[in-house]
Amino acid sequence: MLDDFLVRAALAGLGLALAAAPLGCFVAWRRMAYFGDATAHAAILGVALSLALSLPVVIGTMVVALLMAFLVGSLTDRGLAMDTVLGVLAHSALALGLVAVTFVPGVRLDLSAYLFGDILAVTKVDLAVIWAGAGAVIALIAWRWQALLTATVSPDLAYASGLDPRREQRILTLALALTVAVAIKVVGALLVSAMLLIPAAAARPLARSPEGMALIAAGIGAMAALSGLWGAFLLDTPAGPSMISAAALLFAATSAVRLLKK
Amino acid sequence: MNLIEAQRLEVTLGSHKVLSHVDFHVAPGEIVTIVGPNGSGKSTLLRTLLGALRPDAGKVTRKPGLRLGYVPQKLMMDPTLPMNVMRFLSLPKRVPAAERQAALDEAGAGTLGERPMSGLSGGQFQRVLLARALLEKPDLLLLDEPTQGLDQPGSAAFYRQVEHIREHLGCAVVMVSHELHVVMSASDRVVCLNGHVCCQGHPEVVAQAAEYRALFGTGTAGALALYRHEHSHRHDAACDHDHGHAHDHGHAHTRSEAS
Repeated sequence: MLDDFLVRAALAGLGLALAAAPLGCFVAWRRMAYFGDATAHAAILGVALSLALSLPVVIGTMVVALLMAFLVGSLTDRGLAMDTVLGVLAHSALALGLVAVTFVPGVRLDLSAYLFGDILAVTKVDLAVIWAGAGAVIALIAWRWQALLTATVSPDLAYASGLDPRREQRILTLALALTVAVAIKVVGALLVSAMLLIPAAAARPLARSPEGMALIAAGIGAMAALSGLWGAFLLDTPAGPSMISAAALLFAATSAVRLLKK
Repeated sequence: MNLIEAQRLEVTLGSHKVLSHVDFHVAPGEIVTIVGPNGSGKSTLLRTLLGALRPDAGKVTRKPGLRLGYVPQKLMMDPTLPMNVMRFLSLPKRVPAAERQAALDEAGAGTLGERPMSGLSGGQFQRVLLARALLEKPDLLLLDEPTQGLDQPGSAAFYRQVEHIREHLGCAVVMVSHELHVVMSASDRVVCLNGHVCCQGHPEVVAQAAEYRALFGTGTAGALALYRHEHSHRHDAACDHDHGHAHDHGHAHTRSEAS
C-alpha cells in the first residue's frame, strides 16, 4: 500500500496536520504567528547547511530552526520590539538561506521543493521521519498540556502554582522546530506557519474548550490535507499550496458559520 | 515562623532600579497591605515574592511547602482561547467539579461556571480569579490591586469576601491597594512602599507617619489623604469593639460620598 505515492503523500499530510493542530492552537493563543514564520524561514538556511555538510535535510533544518527559535526567544526576552526582531530575523534567514544554497558545490537544486514542499516525492523513510516527528510533537504537547495552558493564560499564575513558564516556552519552541523540520517536505518552509495557524483559526468558531479546539483543528487540518491532495491530483496543481488553499476555504466556511449564528 | 520573608531585596527592571533594600515578611494569618504611589514597586514586590521576578540581590525565603494563591491585577484572556470558568479553575491541576463549584460559591461567583472567561465583567473576573486562588488551598493569598476598575460598592464587597475567606481558611493575605480607606479598616499591618519601605506598622501608626504623609499628603492627593487620615481614626476606634465587616465597608462608603 505504501508503494503508492499518493498513499504516502496522504499519510505524510495527515501526520503533519495532526502534529500542527495542537501546536497551532498555542501559536494562535500566544500570538506567535510571526515566531512560527521566522523559525520556518530559517529552515532554508538549514537546507543549505545540510547539503554543504552532506547531512540529512531534516537534521539541518531541525538544528537551524531550533537555533533561530531560541535566538528569537532570547532577543525578545530582552525587551526588543517583537515585531521588528521577527521581521528582521525571518527575512534575513530566508534570504541568507537562498544565497547560501547557491554556494553549495555540485548541487543543482530545485529550491521550490523546499520552499513549497514536495509531498508527492515522499519516500518511506521520509514518512517514517514525519510520523516520528509528529508523534514526538503530539507527545510533548500532551505531556505538558495543563502547564502550557496555564502559562499561556498568565505566566504569573503559572509562577504562583510553582511552574516555570520559561520552561514551557522552551518546550513549545522545541515542538515548533520539530514541526518545521518534518513539514519542509510536506508544505515547504514558506507555508509551514499556514499549516499551523489556519486549521486552529478555522476551529475557533466551533470550539468551546481548549481541548475541543485542538481536536477540531486536527480534524480540519486532516480534511485540508486530504482534500488539498485530491484537488492537486485532479487539477494538476502544486500539492502543498493546494492543501493550504483547502484549509483557507475551511476557515472561510467556519467563519461564515459563526457570522450566521450571530 | 514567617510564611515568607524577603531580605534586602534589590530588583531592577530594564535599567531602572525599582526596589532597593526592601525587607518584608508575612506571619501566618496576617493581613498585610502594601500602599505606595504609582511606580513605587508594589506589583514588583508582589511578583518577586511569587518567584516571577528574580532579585538582583537579597533573597526571598519561603516556609517549606508554602502554598500560594495569587490574584493578579489584570489578566488578558486572548479571545482566540475558548475557555469557560469551570475549565479555567482546573489549571494547572485538574480539580473535581464539586470542589471547583465550592470555590466559586466561596468567592461569590457560584453562578458563573459555564460562562466563557472572555465574557465576564471586571468584578466577575476578579471573583473567578479569587476562586482559582482558593483552589490552591493557600497559606498565603497575594492580591495585586484586585479591585482595580470596580466601583466602590463592588470593591467593598470584594474585600468583604477576602476577609470572610481569611476567617474561613485562616490564610495570610498580602494585598496591594490604592484604596486607603479599605486598607485602614481591613489590615493588621500596612507597608508604605516607595522603592524602599518608607514606614510600616499598624494602619493607624502608618497614617500618622511623616513619611506616609509626605507621599500621600501633598499634591493631588492632599484632600483625599486628609479625609482618609481622619477616617482612619474613627474607623480604628470602631474596630476595637467590632469586627463586623459589613459594617466597616458600608460605613467607609457613606463617609467618602459625604466628604
